[in-house]
Amino acid sequence: MHNALLLAWKEIRSYYGSPMAYVVSAAFLALTGQFFVSGVSELLPEASLRAVFTPMTFALILWAPIASMRLLAEEQKLGTLELLLTAPLRDWEIVIGKFCALVAMLLGIIAPTLVYVVLLYWYASPDGGPLFTGYIGLFLYGSAAAALGLFTSSLTGNQIVAGVTAAVALLFLTLASEASGLVSGLASALLAGVSLPAHYTAFVAGVIELRNAVYFITFIALFLFLTTLSLESRRWR
Amino acid sequence: MVDRMIEVEGLTKFYGDFLAVSGVSFAVDKGETVGLLGTNGSGKTTTMRVLTGYMPPTSGTVRIAGHDLAADSLEARRHIGYLPESVPLYSDMTVAASLRFFGRVHSMDAASLVSSIDRVLDAFDLVDYRDALVGKLSKGYRQRLGLALAVLHEPEVLVLDEPTVSIDPVQVVEARDLIRRLGKEHTVLLSTHQLAEASTLCERVIILHDGVLVAEGHPDEIAERLQGAQRIRVEARGPAEQTGTALAAVPGVRSVGAATLIEEGVYAFEVTAPLRSDLREAIVQAMNAAGIGLRGLARSSVDLEEVFLQITRGEREDPDA
Repeated sequence: MHNALLLAWKEIRSYYGSPMAYVVSAAFLALTGQFFVSGVSELLPEASLRAVFTPMTFALILWAPIASMRLLAEEQKLGTLELLLTAPLRDWEIVIGKFCALVAMLLGIIAPTLVYVVLLYWYASPDGGPLFTGYIGLFLYGSAAAALGLFTSSLTGNQIVAGVTAAVALLFLTLASEASGLVSGLASALLAGVSLPAHYTAFVAGVIELRNAVYFITFIALFLFLTTLSLESRRWR
Repeated sequence: MVDRMIEVEGLTKFYGDFLAVSGVSFAVDKGETVGLLGTNGSGKTTTMRVLTGYMPPTSGTVRIAGHDLAADSLEARRHIGYLPESVPLYSDMTVAASLRFFGRVHSMDAASLVSSIDRVLDAFDLVDYRDALVGKLSKGYRQRLGLALAVLHEPEVLVLDEPTVSIDPVQVVEARDLIRRLGKEHTVLLSTHQLAEASTLCERVIILHDGVLVAEGHPDEIAERLQGAQRIRVEARGPAEQTGTALAAVPGVRSVGAATLIEEGVYAFEVTAPLRSDLREAIVQAMNAAGIGLRGLARSSVDLEEVFLQITRGEREDPDA
C-alpha cells in the first residue's frame, strides 16, 4: 500500500502543479453554482441540494474522462510504464495508486461545493440527512466514473481515445435508465440494473440502500480489477 | 553469495505468431560487462524486456541474482537497474523529484535516499540541474538522468538498452566513460548495434541474429573463430623475401601474406596461425635467428564489423571450428 500511496502522491502533485486542476475545479463550481442559484430562486425555494445533485453527476461524467484519460495512457505513450512495470511494484499497486489520486482529485472538486451547504444553513434550516447521503452518493458516483476512466486509459496509449471511450461509456450508463423505459422485459431490467443514475436517486432522497451502495462498490472494484488485468495483459503482448 | 548475476535458459518469446527470440541461453557473472549485439529487430530489446520483468517469456527461465523472475519477480526486479532504449522520464518532474520518486519506489529509506541522490547527481554531473524540469533537459542530460535512475538504488545488475543511441558524439564518449565506470561496480548487460562500442566496453559479447544466439565470447575470439584462424601482424626491417621465408618456416604458421612496405626497408606481413596458438615468441626467435630487425608484433585487431556482416549474412558460426 505504501507504493500505491507513493504513486498517488506523485499524480496529485503533478495534477495540482498544472493549471488544469484549477480550471476544472472552477468550471465544476460555476456549472453547479448555476443550478444552486436557480434551485434557491424558485418561488417556494427548498432548503436542499436536490436541484444540484443530479446536475453534479452530469458534470462528474464529464470530469472523470478528463481527469483519468492521461493517467495510464500517457505512461504508455511516454514509455514510463516500462519503468513502473520493471520496478519492484505490483500491478495492482500501480492501479490503486492511480485510483487514489483520482479520488483525491474528486474530493478536490466536490469540496468547494460545500459552500452551498454553508449558505443553506446560513439562511435556512435544511434537513442534514439528505445532504449527507447526497454527498456520499456523489462521491461514489464520481469514484465509479473515475474507475471506468482509468480502465479505458489502460487500454490505449492515446489519451483522446481513452477519454472519448470513457465519455461514451459513461453517457450510455447514464442514459440506460431512460432507455429502460422504452423496452420491456429482461432488456429493461438489465438497462435499469446497470444505470448509474438509477442507483443514485435514493441517495439524493436521503436513503442509503444497501443494493445501491453495493452497486457502486462493485462497479469500482470491477473496473479496478479490469484495469489491473489490462496492465498484466500488456506484459503478455 | 551469488556469482551468476544473470542466467537465461532457453528464452523464447513470441509476439502473436511472430517469433522474436528463440531458445536463447546465456549467463553473465558478477562484475562482467557483456554486450548484446545485433541489428535492429534481432531480439535485443525483447531479450532485455524479458530480463527486466517487463514481459514474461513464452518459454524459458530467467534468474537475476539467483532469483527466478517468474516465481520471485519482485525480488528479482529489486536487483536490476534498467535504462530502456527510449529513456522514458516524467517531463513534468524536476531531476531531483524524479530521483526521489524512483528511489522511494525502490523502497530506499529517507536517509540513504538523500545521500544516494547527492552521489548520483555528482557522479553524472547533474548537480546544476537538480531543480531543472526533466522536460527541459537536452538529450544528453536525459540520458545521464536515465542512467542515474538506473543506478540510484545500487542494483547489482544494470541492463542498458542502447545507452549511446541518439546522443551526439561528444556525449557518446562521456556516456561510454560513465558506463566503463559503472562496469567496475556493477554487472552490466548492454545492448548495442555498434561493434566498436561493444569491443571497447565489453569483455564479452553475445551476438543475436533473427532472435537466435549466433555467437558468444570475447570480440577477438569470435572473429578468430569465424575466420577459422588467428592473424598476427609482423613488422620487420629487412629484405621482404627473406623475412617472408623466415616467417613461413616458423612451426605452426599456416600462411604468410604479401609484404606491404610501411617505410623505407620496413615491411608488414600478416601471418595466419591456428586458433588458440601463440606463435609470438617463436616469431621473435625466428626473426632474431635470421638477423631481421623485428619492429612490431601483434595479433591483428579484430574487424568485428566484418564478422558481424558475415554472421548476419547467414554464414552461421560452425560450433566445431
